[in-house]
Amino acid sequence: MSTTLLISVISVAIIYAVSVLYATIGEIFSQRAGIMNLGLEGIMLMGAVSGYLVAVYKQNLILAMLVVILVGCILGLIFAFLTVTLQSDQTVAGMAMLTFGTGLSGFIGKSVSGVNANLKFEPFDIPILSKIPIIGPSVFHQDILVYAMYLIIPLSMIYIYKTRYGMILRALGENPAALDSAGYNVFALRYAYIIFGCAMTAVSGACVTLSYTNFWSDGMTSGKGWIAVALVVFSSWNPLIAVFGALLFGAISIIGIDIQMYVSTIPSQFFSALPYVATIIALIFTTGNFRKKRSSAPEALCIPYDREER
Amino acid sequence: MAEPILQMRNITKTFGSVVANKDVNLSLYGGEIHALLGENGAGKSTLMNVLTGIYKPDGGEIYYKGKKVTIRSPKQAVNMGIGMVHQHFRLIPTLTVAENVSLYSEKRSFFLKQKEMEKEIAECSKKFSLDVDASAKVWQLSVGEQQRVEIIKLLYRGAEILILDEPSAVLTPQEADQMFITLRKMADQGKAVIVISHKMQEVMKNANRITVLKNGCVEDTMEAKDATVERLTKAVVGNRVFKNKGEHKKDYSEKVVLSLRRINANNDKGLPALKNISFDIHAGEIFGIAGVAGNGQRELAEVIAGIRSTTGGELYYKEENIVKNSIEKRIREGISFIPEDRLGMGLVPSMDMKQNVILKEYKTNKYSRGFIIQENVMEEKAKEFVEQHEIKHGGYDLPVGLMSGGNQQKLLIAREVDGSPSLIIAAYPVRGLDIGAAETIRDILYEQKEQGCAILLIVEELDDIFKMADRVGVLCDGQLMGIRKTTETDYNELGQMMSGEIGGGENA
Amino acid sequence: MRNWRIQKRTDVSTARRILIPIVFIFVALAFCGLFLIGLGFNPFTVYGEMLASIISVRGIQKSIVSGLPLIFTGLAVAFGYRMNLNNIGADGQYAFGAIFAVWFGLFGPVLPAPLKILCMFVLAMIGGAFIALIAAIPKAFWDVNETILTMMLNYVALYVLNYLMYGPWKEKGQMVAQTAKIKEKYWLPDIPGIGVNSILIIAIVIAVILYFFHKKTTKGYEMEVIRRSPGAATYAGINVRKNIILVLAISGAIAGLAGFAQVAGIIHRVQADLPNGAGYTGIVIAYLAGLNPLVVVIVGILFGALQISAVAVQVSGVPSQIATMIQGSIMLFVIAGDFFNRYRIARFGENGSQKKGGE
Repeated sequence: MSTTLLISVISVAIIYAVSVLYATIGEIFSQRAGIMNLGLEGIMLMGAVSGYLVAVYKQNLILAMLVVILVGCILGLIFAFLTVTLQSDQTVAGMAMLTFGTGLSGFIGKSVSGVNANLKFEPFDIPILSKIPIIGPSVFHQDILVYAMYLIIPLSMIYIYKTRYGMILRALGENPAALDSAGYNVFALRYAYIIFGCAMTAVSGACVTLSYTNFWSDGMTSGKGWIAVALVVFSSWNPLIAVFGALLFGAISIIGIDIQMYVSTIPSQFFSALPYVATIIALIFTTGNFRKKRSSAPEALCIPYDREER
Repeated sequence: MAEPILQMRNITKTFGSVVANKDVNLSLYGGEIHALLGENGAGKSTLMNVLTGIYKPDGGEIYYKGKKVTIRSPKQAVNMGIGMVHQHFRLIPTLTVAENVSLYSEKRSFFLKQKEMEKEIAECSKKFSLDVDASAKVWQLSVGEQQRVEIIKLLYRGAEILILDEPSAVLTPQEADQMFITLRKMADQGKAVIVISHKMQEVMKNANRITVLKNGCVEDTMEAKDATVERLTKAVVGNRVFKNKGEHKKDYSEKVVLSLRRINANNDKGLPALKNISFDIHAGEIFGIAGVAGNGQRELAEVIAGIRSTTGGELYYKEENIVKNSIEKRIREGISFIPEDRLGMGLVPSMDMKQNVILKEYKTNKYSRGFIIQENVMEEKAKEFVEQHEIKHGGYDLPVGLMSGGNQQKLLIAREVDGSPSLIIAAYPVRGLDIGAAETIRDILYEQKEQGCAILLIVEELDDIFKMADRVGVLCDGQLMGIRKTTETDYNELGQMMSGEIGGGENA
Repeated sequence: MRNWRIQKRTDVSTARRILIPIVFIFVALAFCGLFLIGLGFNPFTVYGEMLASIISVRGIQKSIVSGLPLIFTGLAVAFGYRMNLNNIGADGQYAFGAIFAVWFGLFGPVLPAPLKILCMFVLAMIGGAFIALIAAIPKAFWDVNETILTMMLNYVALYVLNYLMYGPWKEKGQMVAQTAKIKEKYWLPDIPGIGVNSILIIAIVIAVILYFFHKKTTKGYEMEVIRRSPGAATYAGINVRKNIILVLAISGAIAGLAGFAQVAGIIHRVQADLPNGAGYTGIVIAYLAGLNPLVVVIVGILFGALQISAVAVQVSGVPSQIATMIQGSIMLFVIAGDFFNRYRIARFGENGSQKKGGE
C-alpha cells in the first residue's frame, strides 16, 4: 500500500470512528447508569439535521453545535421522562425515539435536502505533531470534532474508573437500590446520564453532516446509531475498547471502498454491507456466552428503578 | 441506666386498613444490644423503616439524644447516625470493599483514593474485629464477609445506632456467634445495636433487653436475664393453640425411590456447588436437608428436577438413571418440585389461577386435546384445588401475584401433589408463611408421606427438620457432611456439621 | 413531604385501555401540528386535506392496499414480542420474502397459477424465516441481543435487495431499479366488488389464526409463560431455546409475506428499497394494537391511510415524512399515556397514607 493511500485510510477510518464514538461513549454512560437507549439512530438524525439547518440558514458552526447539543438534551429529557419517571419499557421507548427522530428529521430537513451549506468543520494541523510521517497527516490533520474526541476518550476513562462520580456511575447500573439507601438520588443521576448520552449522540449526528460529509439527506446516518449500540456491547462498556472497535469498523468500510476501485467486479453493495456483517460477527463472538461466564453487562440494565419495589 | 439515646413514643403506622404499628414505644440506650422479636408481619420491619426514614409514621414522636426529631429520608437517618443492615445486602458486587464503603461515606473527594481507603478500612475492621479484605471485589466474598462489609459501611459513616435485620439467617450457628461477639464489642464502645430476630434462643443469649412485637403492638419488654422461653413464646404467639403434630410415624418402606451417586454440579457462576453427593430416599420417607442457605441446597433441588445439569455422577429414579432425562420427562414420571423461588419459578405471578394450575401438565391429556387447551378442564381443576385446600383468592381470573403468600404456596403445592407423585422436592416450603398456612402445608406433606411418596425436604430451621424429617443430611460448602436419623441426633451435632466442623468424607 | 403519590393499578377496565391511547393520539397530532406551524403550514388545513384524501371509496381502497404490507410486518413484530423477542428486522425479512417470491415468479418453472402462487407464498415465508433464523440461532444458543442482530440484518438484507435491483435482476432497458412484473396470470385477483386485492383475506385469516393460536393452543400458552416468566418456563420443562428459534422463524415468515403481498397482489414486482421502513412502522402498529393480531389488522389499515394521506398533502408542499413523524409522535405519546393505565396518582392528606405494604 502506498503511503498516501495508507494516510487516507487511517484518516478516513478516524473520521468514521469519531462519528460513531460520540454516540457510543454517550450510550456507555447511559447504559452504565442502567438505561438502554435503542433510539440512538433517531437522535443522531435529529442532531445531524438540526446542525445542518443552522449551518445552512445561519452560517454559524458554533451556533450549530449549541443547537445540536440542545436538541440532544431535549430528546434525552423526553427519553428520561419515559424510562425513569414513567418506567416504560426501554426497548419500546427506544423504538419510539427511533421512529420519532427519523420522521421529524426528515420532516424538518426537507428544505435543506440537497442544499449545499458550504460550511463544515475544516481540518487543521496540530503544530509539530503533524510533521510526524504518516501519523502526522492522518491523525493530526483533522477537524475540531476529532480533536475533541481525542480528549474525550482519556477523560471518559478517568471519569469512569478513577473518580468518585465514576464509581457512583458504575454502581448505578448494578444496584440502584444500594445507592438510594446510601443517600444518592438515583432518579436525578439517571436523568443526567441519559441526557448526557443523548447530547453526545446528537453530536455524533453533527459529525455526519458537518464533518464526515457536508450535506443532508433523509435517513443519512444509515445505521450508525445501531453500530454505536452494537459497539457498546462489543466493548464491554469500556470506552477504550470501543475506540478500537470503531476504528476497526471505520477501516473495514474505507478499505472496502478502496478495494472496489481496483476490483470493480465486486458490487458496491457488498462493501456497504461489510460493516454490518462485521458487527454481527463481532457481536456474536464478543457477547455470546459460549461458556457460562459472568457477563459484564450492568446488572440493572433495562430494569426501571421503582422505590417501592425494593 | 443513663439517658436513652433514642426514644420512639406512640409510633403508629397504617397501610390502608392494615395497622402495621400501633402506639409502639421503644427506648434504646447506648451500650446495649436490643432485640426486636416477633413473627413475620408483627410490625418489626415497619417500625425500623420508620426509624430509618423510609416510612413516615402516621402518629407518634421520635426523640434522638434528647431532642425531638422528624426523620424524613434514609439519607437523613444516615446523617444522624442511624444505619441499618438489611436482609438483602445493599452492596455493589462489581466494586471492591473499599469502594462500597466509600460510596456510603460522606468524605467526598473527586478522585478515588483507593490505597488510603483500604488502609482506613483495615483499621476500622481491626478495631471491631471485622475481618475482611478491603481490596477484594464484593462478589468474591462469602455471605458472612459481605455482612461484615455492611457493618463496616455503617461504622465508617459514624453510625451510633446499628439496626440488623435477621442477621443470623444467612449464617451458621458458629458464624452467628462470632457476629454477636462483634456486636457486643460495638455496644461496649457505646453504640446501640438493634437486632431484629425471630429466634428466641439466640435473643436470650445475646441481647441485653428484648422487646416483643405482636400484631403491630408492643406485647412485652424485658431484660434478657428475666426472659424465659415460656414468657417469650406467650408474648410472640399469644394463646394460640397448636395442634401437636410431633407424633408422626417416623418410619418408611425399604423401597428406594431416588438414589444419588456421586452427583457433582456447578452453580450459576460456574463454580462447583455440589461435590460427590450420594444418598437414597425411600418411599414414604421425608429426607431433610439441613444447612446454611447457599451451601448447595438450590443446586441439589434443581439437579433432581432436571433444571440444572450435572457435571458428574448418576441419579437413579425408580432404578433408572435419569441424569440425561429432560425436565418434561421427569415431570411426567412423577417428580414434583416445590421451588424456593415461588414467584420466580413455581408460579407465573401475572397469570391467573387456571393458567397456573396447568403450568406443568398443559401438554398432557389431562388438560389438552392435541394442540388445544381444554379451558373447562383447567377451570374445574382450579375449583377442585380451591375447595380441597381452602385457598382464598379474589377470583379465578385475577393474577396469582395478588394472592397472599400462604395462598400462593397452597396453590403451588396443590398442583404439585395432584396426581400422586412418587417424589416431591420441597425447597423451603413454609418460608415466610404465617403459622396457620405453614401448618396446612406441613399437613399436606405428611399426607403425601403416608401415601408412600418420597419427599426431599430442604428447610432452614432445624426445628422443622426435627419435627418433620425421618432422616437428615447436612450440606456444607456443597458437600454432604453426613446423614443422621432425626431421632439419633441433636441441634449441637447438626450445627457443627453445618459449619463443617465434623463430618465429611462419609460420602464414599 | 409530598402530598401525592404514584400507585400501581391492578384493575384496568377495557374502556380505559382503549380510551387512553385514543386521547393521546390526538395529543400527538396536536404536537405534530406545532411542527407544521413551524414550517409555515396551517395544521388544520393540512389535517383536513389528509382526512379528505382518505374519506372516499377510492381513498379507503388505497388505504387498505397501502396497509397490507404493514399488517404483515405488524403481525410479525407482535408475534415476536409475545415472547419478549424484539424482532425489529421485519424490514429485512420483508425484503427477503419479496426476493424469494419474485425469484420464483420470474425465473421459476411454468406452473398452473394456483400452484405457482402457493409456491411463491411458501417461498416468501421461507425467505423471511431464513433471515430471521440468522438472528434466532445466536440468540437461542448464546443469548446474543436479538434487537441489534435483527437490526443489522436489515441493512444486510437491503443491500442484497438493492444489489439485485441495480444489478442482475434489473428490468432490461429501464432506468428504474426494479424487476420486471411477473406474468399477469400469476397475479392474485381482487376481491370481487370491493376493489381490494385478495391478499387482504390472507392477512385476516392469518390474524385470526394467530389470535386463536395465542388464546387456545399449548404452543401459545408456552409463549405466554416464557414471556411472563422465563424461570417458570424452565421449571415447567418448556424448551426456551427451541421456542426462541421457532417464534423468530415464524415472525420472520409472517414479515416475509409482506413481500409476497407486493409480488403476488400489489405491485407484482420488486423495487430497490421496497420495504421503505414498513418493518419499523410494524413496531409502532404492534405496540398500539397491544400485540393483539386482530387489532393489528385495523391499526395497520389506519396507518396505511396515514401514508396515503401523507402522499396526498405532498402536493401542497408538506414533506411526506409527516407520516413517520406522526407515527413516532403517536408512539411516544401513547407510551407516555400508558402510564395512566398502569398507575394512578393518588392524593394524600398531611399525614394520610393509603398505600398497601407492610413487612
